[in-house]
Amino acid sequence: MTDSFTRRAALGLASAAAMTLALPAVASDWKPQKPVEMVIMAGQGGGADRLARLFQSIIQKENLSSMPILPVNKGGGSGAEALRYLKDKEGDAHTIMATLNSYYTTPLRTDIGVDIEEYTPIARMALDTFVLWVNADSDIQTLDDYVAAVKAAGGEWKMGGTGTGQEDSLVTAMLEKEFGIKHTYVPFKGGGTVAKNLVGGHIDSTVNNPSEQMGFWQAGKSRPIAAFTTDRIAVFPDVPTMTELGYPMTYTMQRSFVAPPGTPPEAVAYYTAMFEKLAESEEWQTYASEKALQTDLLTGDALQAYFLEERQRHNDILTSMGEIAGS
Amino acid sequence: MDVFSLLMDGFATSLSPLNLMIVLLGVTAGLFIGAMPGLGSVNGVAIVLPLTFIVPPSSAIILLCAIYYGAMYGGAVSSILLGIPGASTAVATTFDGRPMAQQGKAGLALIAAAVASFVGGTISVILFTVFAAPLADLALKFGPAEEFALVLLAFTTFVGLGGDDVLKTIVMICLGLVLSTVGLDLISGQPRLIFGDLPGFYSGISFLVLAIGVYGIGEVLHTIETSKTAPQVTPARITFKELGAGFRAMNRLWRTMSVGSFLGFFVGMLPAAGATPASLMAYGIARSTSKKAESFGKGNIEGVAAPETANNAASTGSLLPMLTLGIPGSPTTALLLGGMVMWGLVPGPMLFIEQPDFVWGLISSLYTANFAAVLINLALIPLFVWALRMPFTVLCAIVLVLCIVGGFAPSQKMHDVWLIAGFGIAGYLLRKADYPLAPLVLALVLGPLMEKSFRQTLIAEQGNVLAFIERPLSGTFIALAVLFFLLPLAKYLRKSPKEGVAPAR
Repeated sequence: MTDSFTRRAALGLASAAAMTLALPAVASDWKPQKPVEMVIMAGQGGGADRLARLFQSIIQKENLSSMPILPVNKGGGSGAEALRYLKDKEGDAHTIMATLNSYYTTPLRTDIGVDIEEYTPIARMALDTFVLWVNADSDIQTLDDYVAAVKAAGGEWKMGGTGTGQEDSLVTAMLEKEFGIKHTYVPFKGGGTVAKNLVGGHIDSTVNNPSEQMGFWQAGKSRPIAAFTTDRIAVFPDVPTMTELGYPMTYTMQRSFVAPPGTPPEAVAYYTAMFEKLAESEEWQTYASEKALQTDLLTGDALQAYFLEERQRHNDILTSMGEIAGS
Repeated sequence: MDVFSLLMDGFATSLSPLNLMIVLLGVTAGLFIGAMPGLGSVNGVAIVLPLTFIVPPSSAIILLCAIYYGAMYGGAVSSILLGIPGASTAVATTFDGRPMAQQGKAGLALIAAAVASFVGGTISVILFTVFAAPLADLALKFGPAEEFALVLLAFTTFVGLGGDDVLKTIVMICLGLVLSTVGLDLISGQPRLIFGDLPGFYSGISFLVLAIGVYGIGEVLHTIETSKTAPQVTPARITFKELGAGFRAMNRLWRTMSVGSFLGFFVGMLPAAGATPASLMAYGIARSTSKKAESFGKGNIEGVAAPETANNAASTGSLLPMLTLGIPGSPTTALLLGGMVMWGLVPGPMLFIEQPDFVWGLISSLYTANFAAVLINLALIPLFVWALRMPFTVLCAIVLVLCIVGGFAPSQKMHDVWLIAGFGIAGYLLRKADYPLAPLVLALVLGPLMEKSFRQTLIAEQGNVLAFIERPLSGTFIALAVLFFLLPLAKYLRKSPKEGVAPAR
């Protein structure tokens, strides 16, 4: 079985390979009739991609779906490609999409003819947090030290990030607005590269996700200053939050799944149940706690309400950054 | 010795029957995946990744690395036989591998590629074993300025060579650089050169699309025109005699292969670079330092050995930052990283301390994978060569299908297929007009890297251009780049002292 599967997979015929999977214990009479396409709003190898593939592997391993899940990367145009693709799949019950915050920001920044309100929300699996980091060799220990150092640098303080309009640039903009400071924002290709450049001393600070700095932090090469959360992050019990320091700045990256507009309700119920099972699985729980992900599951109308609220919030942030004209 | 005993423990893991079987399986699968144009190690690893839950993590990473290695070997096969790079890392192999096949020396070229891959792989695994920890710090020293300097060096090793018509070379580089700017700008996030508003161009023009177009389709069109009915390829039989001759020929190329191995390992180690620039640089250096530089591109065995040692060495090198820093050096290692995360391993500085069994099991399996790959590859050469005996009319159609499938598979967009067709016709016309295609491809590979690191440096240094030469590492690379650029000029001046008074431009 393994042998023949590997060989067929080698020919790129993964979709054709028949997999005998036990039926999931889901109380619904609808189930997928063909492999389910999991569209990923980002390119291969990035944080979003890795997480989506983790979900896929847990689904496969735990037999949560009666059909294989096939991840497809459509990362073009900060997710614009994926959003347009999903819109064209209207009514298709065999497509789901893994989202990140570009789900709101991309349609806000460029008119790509999609309205996320039309999509069918399925489940919000996690919220990724943001932390302000400096190199462990630096003298900065507290947020006050940080603000003083950035002010002293007179605009030449190098903040690394993944690109203008990306999540970390929004967090940087929030910092600048709150403290009246100015950074030189240096964009890199991905969060991992940003983390490496901080440790290598090529930039002065970052607002990485905990997972991106975890390895360096454990090796004592980077130092967390403050978390952009309301409550302290479990793996960093000594790191104060912005809120407790008196600056109520919070920002999270959502990791959710949505379906195309007009997905049949039975299919939505099936996928919702699938992700509810996934959320309870031990692998996911372990991974999430190690990587400091917040795992409050949100589904259905509550998720849609959350999406629309977040879209409005991003609209405000982007407007204040001067990235969009505002509405 | 500490490293040695750890490695021996590792061999105990990697030589277990299950792991040995996995290596053989992975290498064979990788070989075929790599040999398919368009499908490379990224695709192979991505497909197999979710299946690795059935075996323990150390066996799983061994399987993925075996596929990775096998694909590196396999990439050369279609480069040589069909003139289409099997993977982006094998583009430089087409430059001389294809002409060799056309001269009926396909077997020899394949042997050269296999042996060179083995040498490159082995030297770099030894470097990896001994220097993994200290080199991780070196990789950290590479910031945007150093990346720019390195890419500039890669450019000059290739273009400062003369040989081809200099003006045409410059035209092709400029064209490649223009193509490389298509897509979303990293700094501002704005789309550039998207031809109105074609969403297909948002993700830029993939280098593989250009390579398959100009080399694959372009080559087919060219062959149809020149050969009409008679097959142009005269496939050689592969015998033990030829195998012996191959080994003897390779034995003379130790200098090229060691340069390729060291270069490949170091370039592969740097998170931004990877195996493709490494192989192109190795080819450029081999050509510029060769006494028979003019025979490069016309079927010189050295031109096959250099890039093949470098790309295999680089594939090992790129594992280094992944394991020690948690930073992938290539798209494939990014997937391997994802796999390790799934198995609950945290790549990074602590991995070597916390999971020595895993790390050394992996390193030792690189030795076995390398060994398995060269044996399987050599054993399969007759099969590969036999494929060339197909009637031209059949082969031609197969190549076209492979080109189209290969272009479609990675992105799954018809947009790329149309681009391939367009580039194929353009490539054919450019070839007819005697424009060199290699600089075009090179510019598209290195252009985005160069632009990105250049702008990052200028932003970080508040627009201070001197930053590139003030930093010791990047300053050294820039100096080397200048040297490589002036070298051919000096050669030219010495060769023709009478005409050499023309003022330097």
